[in-house]
Amino acid sequence: MKYVDEFRDPELIVGASREIRRLADPGRHYRFMEVCGGHTHAIYRFGLKDLLPENVELIHGPGCPVCVLPMGRIDDGLFMAAQPDVIFAAFGDMMRVPGATGSPLEHKARGRDIRIVYSPADALKLARANPDRHVMFFAIGFETTAPSTALTLLRVRAEGIRNFSVFSNHVTIIPAIRAILDSPDMRLDAFIGPGHVSTVIGCRPYEWIARNERKPIVVSGFEPLDILQSIVMILRQMKDGRAEVENQYARVVPWEGNRAALKAIGEVFELRPYFEWRGLGFISQSALRIRDSFAAWDAEKHFLTPGVRVTDPKASQCGEVLKGVLKPADCKLFGNECTPEHPIGALMVSSEGSCAAYFNYEHRKSELVTVSV
Amino acid sequence: MCLAIPGQIIEILQERDNLALVDIVGVRRKIDVGLLSEEPAKPGDWVLIHVGFAMSRISEEDAREQMRLLKMMGEHAAAMEEITGYGLDDSVARGGP
Amino acid sequence: MTPVLSKIRFRDAQIEMAHGAGGKASRRLVEGLFAPILFEGSQDPLGDAAFVDVDGSSIAITTDSFVVKPITFPGGSIGELAVNGTVNDLAVAGAQATALVVTFVLEAGLPTELLEAEIRAMASAAHRAGVVIAGGDTKVVEHGKGDQIYISSCGVGHRISGITISPKTVRPGDRVILSGPIGDHGITILLARGELDLEADLRSDTRSVLPLVQAMARAAAPGIRWMRDPTRGGVATSLNELVRDCGLGAVICEDKLPIHDAVRGACELLGLDSLHIANEGQFLAVVAQEYAETALDALHRTDGGEEAAIIGEIREQPAGTVLVSTLYGSKRIVDMLVGDPLPRIC
Repeated sequence: MKYVDEFRDPELIVGASREIRRLADPGRHYRFMEVCGGHTHAIYRFGLKDLLPENVELIHGPGCPVCVLPMGRIDDGLFMAAQPDVIFAAFGDMMRVPGATGSPLEHKARGRDIRIVYSPADALKLARANPDRHVMFFAIGFETTAPSTALTLLRVRAEGIRNFSVFSNHVTIIPAIRAILDSPDMRLDAFIGPGHVSTVIGCRPYEWIARNERKPIVVSGFEPLDILQSIVMILRQMKDGRAEVENQYARVVPWEGNRAALKAIGEVFELRPYFEWRGLGFISQSALRIRDSFAAWDAEKHFLTPGVRVTDPKASQCGEVLKGVLKPADCKLFGNECTPEHPIGALMVSSEGSCAAYFNYEHRKSELVTVSV
Repeated sequence: MCLAIPGQIIEILQERDNLALVDIVGVRRKIDVGLLSEEPAKPGDWVLIHVGFAMSRISEEDAREQMRLLKMMGEHAAAMEEITGYGLDDSVARGGP
Repeated sequence: MTPVLSKIRFRDAQIEMAHGAGGKASRRLVEGLFAPILFEGSQDPLGDAAFVDVDGSSIAITTDSFVVKPITFPGGSIGELAVNGTVNDLAVAGAQATALVVTFVLEAGLPTELLEAEIRAMASAAHRAGVVIAGGDTKVVEHGKGDQIYISSCGVGHRISGITISPKTVRPGDRVILSGPIGDHGITILLARGELDLEADLRSDTRSVLPLVQAMARAAAPGIRWMRDPTRGGVATSLNELVRDCGLGAVICEDKLPIHDAVRGACELLGLDSLHIANEGQFLAVVAQEYAETALDALHRTDGGEEAAIIGEIREQPAGTVLVSTLYGSKRIVDMLVGDPLPRIC
């Protein structure tokens, strides 16, 4: 098995699509939220909406770690990049996200040393290769990515490397789901649960959604068959009147999560009392900061950042789109002032952001008269 | 979040530094297997890779079981469609596999 | 003659890397700033080469510049790109390159050994491509003001008989042919930079596509409507340019795209779309339906054309849009590249 193409098998996809049509009650309108930005991207990339009946609606959730970062955090990072001898290292996802004074790529064009890395380990390599420079790694991501940052900091401490720091913008998924469910504008029937976050936290953390909120949640993989199968499982639960946590992605997700990963997170990070999320406001216990025992490598302590709060431009509706209250096309700026070429908000830049996904893959389809295959 | 893709471990490079060489559809990269410490990775294992770290082992058994269920689902759906044509769908749907 | 200032549509305050990436921003720069001032009066859509009248003969002329890091990589080097790239621009315009002139901008401190290697590579490539390097120019800039070598080459040639191409001749039902596997060059360069710590058995596909174009012309010239070499910005950008220029639509079948495993793997791993990755030895052709199989057959029987494929077709709708369809019937829109393709982790 190669674990990729098998889960893109056209015959099986058609079969799953048929099963969804069969299970969906024509008298009902279903609203399922896929929490994770990776799922949003996959849904658009594989054209999965074309395979669902009209009455099964997918709502995009806030699980895009780039999209939910308030602009001020980008500005803080760029402030660090402007300090003498600093190399700013970040994932490609961050490069076009606009801060108040421009995006990292724009700052790079103006002469700052800004590098794209694929892994925090690569950022560490940069530090070893450039002993007279200071490498600041702008860490983003949910619980999927935090363990890698944690292992990197453990290694840095063990090796006594001094010219390296991490600006932690890691956030946690459960408070975000809670905020969605607490939102009065939201009416959801079920969740397609984040597959890769769950490889770390397991499936137990979602039990309150099924038990207290009485909504099914199926932890899903990212191939077309995974997502379709998860929708089948949700529809079966609803038909049976059940509300349970199920693990569709069992080939990869252990129910109990990854103990070594959770241990690494616990050793290096602690929960911030609160953190501001774009669109969702301040949420308590929703983000990770570096423990005092690793203070020497905490960029927030190493650099004295102004930490200014930067609010989104008035006309942009990033918050409502993030919460799933508005569809991307409903935002007044969508497609006019805000496009992937000149994005106003992170949702149009991040490849996981619903606005970018919708713009790149979908929105002109609605202008189509007929498309005969 | 989270672009993570399956790759197969070719070689354990440095046990002390937790590095392994992994093959991903013909591309090779050194991956940190430190998060798999509870059950150390060995050559031939399939793992899920995210930002240069192995997050989890991929279970071939679970994958095959899933493919089996998917095939059944497809056949079941096709069978049901046929039956729907005969107007028998309601009663069969309630008692299905 | 004063330029008509109202036609200048380029509003960006400064030039960014995106303007050179071959995608939307590049197009805006050319169409919005260069064209209104330099190409005043011209109604033709911008192509890979221009035909000018010299003493009653129609001569094709084109220019291209080459900025690449690292300057040597598996499968080639900047010198080869400079020769093949210009030969290819002429080939896809329906012209056979006769001569090139080249300009070098060299950075002080560049080891002579490196320069000699590049010049030898260019001589070799020119010989293989059947083209003469007739002359050139050299400038040296201060250390730190240029990435070792920049090369620009200008090529002239004459029409390949039988071929007249224009996006205006494209019709619904025409087939889209691709000469070979996509993404080899762009991914090779990405890996050769060494920042991503990936290894693969990949080489740049840089080569002259002239023999393939000539073979296709001999078999199917009357049916060839349009050609382009999908360099920076990839197949997606070239096809988007076509649909904009001809006002029709294109549907590409994902499963028909020839692609090497390692390119696929790298794209999956880094979250890149192979349709946006640069190619330096491939071309796209739109061929009338009744000539398509003949054209494809001619490519298959020519050295280097074995992996050519019909990847899709032109449709009336959706106009101005390129769609990719999957084996299971769903579709997605693929747009022109915005900026350079960036790896992603999310």
